[in-house]
Amino acid sequence: MRFNGDRIVPDHDNCVACQRCAMKCPQGAITIKENEMAFPAHSAYTERIRRIGWEQASTGGVMLSSCGNDLPYRSIFDDLVLDAAQVTNPAIDPLREPIETRCFLGARPDRLDFTETEDEILLDTEMSPGVMLRTPIMIGQMSLGSISYNAQIALFRAAMETGTLVGTGEGGLHSDFYEYGSIINSEVASGRFGINPPYLKKVASLEIKIGQGAKPGHGGHLPGEKTTEMISQTRMIPKGTDALSPYPHHDIYSIEDLQQLIYALKESTRYRVPVGVKVAAVHNVAAIASGMVRAGADFITIDGFRGGTGAAPRIIRDHAGIPLELAIAAVDQRLREEGIRHRATLCAGGSIRYSADLVKALALGADVAMICTPVLIAMGCRVCQQCHRGLCSWGIATQNPTYTQRLDIDVAARRVSNLLYAWNEELREICGAMGIDSVESFVGNRDRLRYLGPNPRIAEILGVKHAGEAWG
Amino acid sequence: MENGTVKIDALDNESGKPLRYWVLNDLIHKAADGGAKHIVVENVLGQRFIGACMEHKDLLLEIHGTPGNDLGVFMSGPRIEVFGNCEDQIGNTMDHGEIVVHGNAWDVTGLAARGGKIFVRGNGGYRIGIHMKAYREAKPVVVYGGGVKEFFGEYMAGGTLVALGMRIGNGSIKDLPPEEVVRGSIGCGMHGGAIYIRGEVSEHQLGVGASIRPFTEEDSRLLKPILEEFSKRFGVPMETIESRGFTKIMPASSRPFGAYYNPRSV
Ligand code: SF4
Repeated sequence: MRFNGDRIVPDHDNCVACQRCAMKCPQGAITIKENEMAFPAHSAYTERIRRIGWEQASTGGVMLSSCGNDLPYRSIFDDLVLDAAQVTNPAIDPLREPIETRCFLGARPDRLDFTETEDEILLDTEMSPGVMLRTPIMIGQMSLGSISYNAQIALFRAAMETGTLVGTGEGGLHSDFYEYGSIINSEVASGRFGINPPYLKKVASLEIKIGQGAKPGHGGHLPGEKTTEMISQTRMIPKGTDALSPYPHHDIYSIEDLQQLIYALKESTRYRVPVGVKVAAVHNVAAIASGMVRAGADFITIDGFRGGTGAAPRIIRDHAGIPLELAIAAVDQRLREEGIRHRATLCAGGSIRYSADLVKALALGADVAMICTPVLIAMGCRVCQQCHRGLCSWGIATQNPTYTQRLDIDVAARRVSNLLYAWNEELREICGAMGIDSVESFVGNRDRLRYLGPNPRIAEILGVKHAGEAWG
Repeated sequence: MENGTVKIDALDNESGKPLRYWVLNDLIHKAADGGAKHIVVENVLGQRFIGACMEHKDLLLEIHGTPGNDLGVFMSGPRIEVFGNCEDQIGNTMDHGEIVVHGNAWDVTGLAARGGKIFVRGNGGYRIGIHMKAYREAKPVVVYGGGVKEFFGEYMAGGTLVALGMRIGNGSIKDLPPEEVVRGSIGCGMHGGAIYIRGEVSEHQLGVGASIRPFTEEDSRLLKPILEEFSKRFGVPMETIESRGFTKIMPASSRPFGAYYNPRSV
C-alpha cells in the first residue's frame, strides 16, 4: 500500500502476501488473490526461474532470501509411517500413566562406578555437566537482530515456562536478558559478536556454530541498516556498520582446531556447562560428526536442508546440503558403530515443521529436536520469506519500532508455550500408542518406523524397513 | 602468598613432565580467586588457555617459558607478561586487559579481539589482527616490534594494528629490511580500523578492500600514546621509533558489500 494524498492505493508489486492487512481489516473487506498475470507456459522455465533471470539482469546482484528452502523437494518425513502396539506389547494410556519426556543435554559417561556402604550407594563416576530439559524440543538459534526484542523475550519466557533451552543466535545477549541465563543456549559463531565473559558465564550451554542448514558454507551478514543502537550494544560493534561473520572460524581448520575452541570454552566456563557444535547437514556429515564428538563436543546439532534463516543467498538456501532425515540416521548409525554415541547428545533441527516430524526425527536417532520456524509461526509469522528485508509486518523479523510494537510479548510467549506443550503431548500420545514409557527409550528406535515412499534406497540409508516388512 | 604474590611451577617435579593445562589453569584460577594480585608461573611449556576468560582487574600474570595457543582467550581484565615466545592466537576474542610478550608471538594474534592491548617485542606470523573490531571506548591495539607475515589485519573491522619492523635485541636495535617488515595481502577484506606500518608499503602488497591513506597529524596524535607505551614496555627510545615515517592503511569502504546482494522477492 502507499498513500496518494489521503487515499490508500494498493501497490501490488510490493505485496509479499504477509496478510497483515487482511487479518487486521476491521471490516474484513480485504481479500488477497494471487496475481494472475499469465506467463507463457513452460514447465522447464518456470515463472520463478524467469523472474530470477529478469532480476539478475537488472541488478547483477546475488539473490537473497530467508526462511528455509521452499522448493518442492520431497519430504522424507512424509514418507515414513509409525508403528503402534497391538496385543503382544500393550499400549500405554498417556493421560493416566506416566510417560517420561525429560531428557538431558550433555555427554554421558562410558560407565558408572558405585561404592556401596551399609546404608547408601554412592556414585563415584564424575559426571560431565548436563542440562535437564522437560521436553526433547529446544528452540533453535535466532539472534537479536534477525528477530526483534519482543520476539526474543517471548521465546525466553516460553522456554522458562516449558523447561527447555533457547538459542541466542550470533548476536550476544542483551543485558535485559541476563536473568534468563539458565534457559539460554548461547551461540559462538565466527564473528564472535557479543561474546564476553559475562555472556559466557551466565548461560546454560554453549554452542559453536560451524554451519547452518539454510546456508552451509556461508557466513552471516547483518546489513548496516539493521545495526540499530540496541543491536550495536549487544553485538558490540558500532551503530550502522555491517556485521560480517566470516565464512569459517579463523581459528578452526581441522578437528584438532575445533577441539581447541571447545576446550577454550570449557576452560573459560571452568567446565560448568556443556559445549556443543552445530554443523549443516552435508554429504560427509557422519564423519564430521564423529570428529566433533571425538573433539569433545558434549552435544552436536545437525541443521538440515530446510532450515530457516534471517537472510541467505537463495542459491545456497535452495540447493546446498542434504535432507535432515538422512543426516540424522547417518550420524546416529556412525556414532553407534564407533561406540561413541553416548558421548554426545544428538540434536536435530532445520526441517522439523510439526510434531509428526519431531516424532520421526527422534525415532531416526535424534535425542532432541531444535525448532525455529514453527515457533515464529506460533507468534504470527506467515512464512512470507521476507525476513531479510527487515520489514516484517508481524513485528518478528524486524527492528523497525512501527512493526515491533505490534508483537505483544505476553500473547506471543503464551502461544509459543502452548505450541511446545501440544507437541510434547502428541509425542507422549505416540509413545503410549507404541507401548514406550520414556522418550529416551524411543530415541533411535528405527524399527518402529516403516518407509512408504517411492525410493527403497532411501529406506536402506535410513536403516528403516519398508512398510509391510515385519520384525526380525 | 607474599604481598599477594603466588608462585606456581608449571613443571610437575615428581614426573618431570609439564603439568597438563587444565591442572595448571586450575591452580592459576584458584590463586586469582583467592585474591592474589601477582601470579608468577615458571617453566611454562606449551600449556594452552592460560588466563582464559579471567576478569580479575588488577592481576599481573607473569609467565616464564612458552605458553601454548589461546593465551588470554576471552580475557577481560588482567595483565599478562610473557618472558619468552608465544604460540598462536594470543588474545583470541579478548575483551579487555593487556598482553606483553618479550619474544615472538606467531599466527592469528588478537583474533576477533574487541578490546585490550597486545605488545610483542619480536616478530609475528600470518593473519595477525584478523577480524579485530571496536566498540565505543573499547578499541583493541596490537603492536609488533618486529615484522609480520601475510594477511596482516585481514577482515579487520576496528582497532589499531602496528608493525614497527625493528629487530630489538638486548642493547642493539636495528631496522629490518623492508621485505621482512610486512608481506602481501595487507588488510584483505578490512572494513574498519587502521593499520600502521613503520616504513614504506607498496600498493601491490594491499589486499582486497584496503587502501593507503595519508598519515596525518591526527594519526600521529592517536599513535603517540600507543608507541610511548611500547617504548616503555621494551625500553626502546621514542626517537628510534620515530626515526622513520609510517604508512597508514584503511578500508576503502565501510560497507564493502553494500550493493552485492539483491533483496527483491521473486
Ligand atoms: S518472520 Fe515475518 S518476514 Fe519472516 S517470514 Fe515470518 S512473517 Fe515473513
